[in-house]
Amino acid sequence: MQQDDTAVRPLPLAQRHAEYGARFAPFAGYSMPMQYTGILEEHHAVRTSVGLFDVSHMGELRITGRRALEAVNTLVTADLRDTAVGQARYGLLCHPDGGIVDDLLIYKMGASDYLLCVNASNRAKDLAFIQAHLIDGATVADESDAWVQLAVQGPDATEILQPLSVVDLDDIAYYHFEEGQLAGVRCLISRTGYTGEDGFEIYIPTDQAEGVFDRILSTGKPMGMALCGLGARDTLRLEARMPLYGNDLTDATNPLEAGLGWAVKWDKPEPFIGRDALAAIKAQGVTRRLRGVKLRERGVPRAGYGLRVGGEEVGQLTSGTHSPTLGVGIGMGYVAVQHAEAPQVDVIIRDKAVPADLMKKPFYQR
Amino acid sequence: MQLPQDLRYTSSHEWVRDNGDGTFTVGITDHAQDQLGSVVFAEVQAVGKTVKAGNPAGVVESVKAVSDIYCPLDAEVLAANPDLDATPELINEDPYGKGWLFTIRPADASALSGLLDAAGYQASVG
Repeated sequence: MQQDDTAVRPLPLAQRHAEYGARFAPFAGYSMPMQYTGILEEHHAVRTSVGLFDVSHMGELRITGRRALEAVNTLVTADLRDTAVGQARYGLLCHPDGGIVDDLLIYKMGASDYLLCVNASNRAKDLAFIQAHLIDGATVADESDAWVQLAVQGPDATEILQPLSVVDLDDIAYYHFEEGQLAGVRCLISRTGYTGEDGFEIYIPTDQAEGVFDRILSTGKPMGMALCGLGARDTLRLEARMPLYGNDLTDATNPLEAGLGWAVKWDKPEPFIGRDALAAIKAQGVTRRLRGVKLRERGVPRAGYGLRVGGEEVGQLTSGTHSPTLGVGIGMGYVAVQHAEAPQVDVIIRDKAVPADLMKKPFYQR
Repeated sequence: MQLPQDLRYTSSHEWVRDNGDGTFTVGITDHAQDQLGSVVFAEVQAVGKTVKAGNPAGVVESVKAVSDIYCPLDAEVLAANPDLDATPELINEDPYGKGWLFTIRPADASALSGLLDAAGYQASVG
């Protein structure tokens, strides 16, 4: 990560996080809460009850205009033609060579109005990319500072939020959203997340966010809600085998080798940027595949550790951690395609080969 | 922060206890375990080896990070705490007791007096 640690900005609710005992660390240009009481405790709260994350570092870019649909469809790998207002799609921005600029969520706010939720570390890059490739009849605006984003994740998320919400939360299906009053403030309430649990991502106007945060926390705390930092967000997403941009996805990885071919829609009237390169890669076949590893022995895999099969280097981990739910070391990394179906790999930890299962499925599914 | 007065300390956050029989027990301080967060793995690779003061003898890993643990004195590393394989969280729960890391036999036991006392360690962590 190429971040200047001296230039970090506080989150709008930084004061609240400090009051609740957050430990901060720089991430993507922000001073982010890493943990409050402890990563393991926070992780388990999300798996068994509910957790509250402030993920306001995420960027929000809005594309509007008479030709907004064509503009978005030209940019992202997803196809928004059959997406209804109130629906969200996962998609990717790709370079002309097929490398991933970013992965993102696209919210269809109106017939000609799309809100893109992008990774914090890519906000400026994405904005420049979109501006460079935007067709006439559409405009892009950076609304990142206008929104606070809170994620309420875990099996009890609906029960805790419903008393605060005018919208019937049971009516919001997975990958759908509604705009409505939450704790008296008009918010965007999206049934999405990055933890592998049921839950919501709530976009709140920054100037009214503190009150909403306080109401969610005071309602949730007696029911077991934990404040959660980026530490638990990372262990949760990795158990659910969700890739992280900057680690598992980069400008030098493509969606096909990352296992995201399902998010690439080939048959759109507007070919998206990178389509030709990706079609060629698909025709030739990928050279490596993103896989999960689950250690069979004690140890913690980390990004950068080598992978071997029969003593031969076959790839490298891009993410790794200790799985709090499974109690074992887990990771993700790219494996040369000729070894991607092997049942087992060795993870090289401090010059020692530690055997691991090679996996295609999530480590954890609710 | 717990800081027993009868131990010696290093600026790299190890504590050392004189067992009175020429051997010393080494662990990490309360401050260190607190900074690391939940410890999920510990390994002392140097058991049976002679290690120079300030060189790594093992690692402690939290969910987020790997930290080297340094040998506080020129010494032979005798044994690792066998309980840490199954319950590395003892380092968080009882850093000066059940969470000890390894024992050593220093070449020169008097070198212990060259390490920080509790007040000196306190000053070093601010």
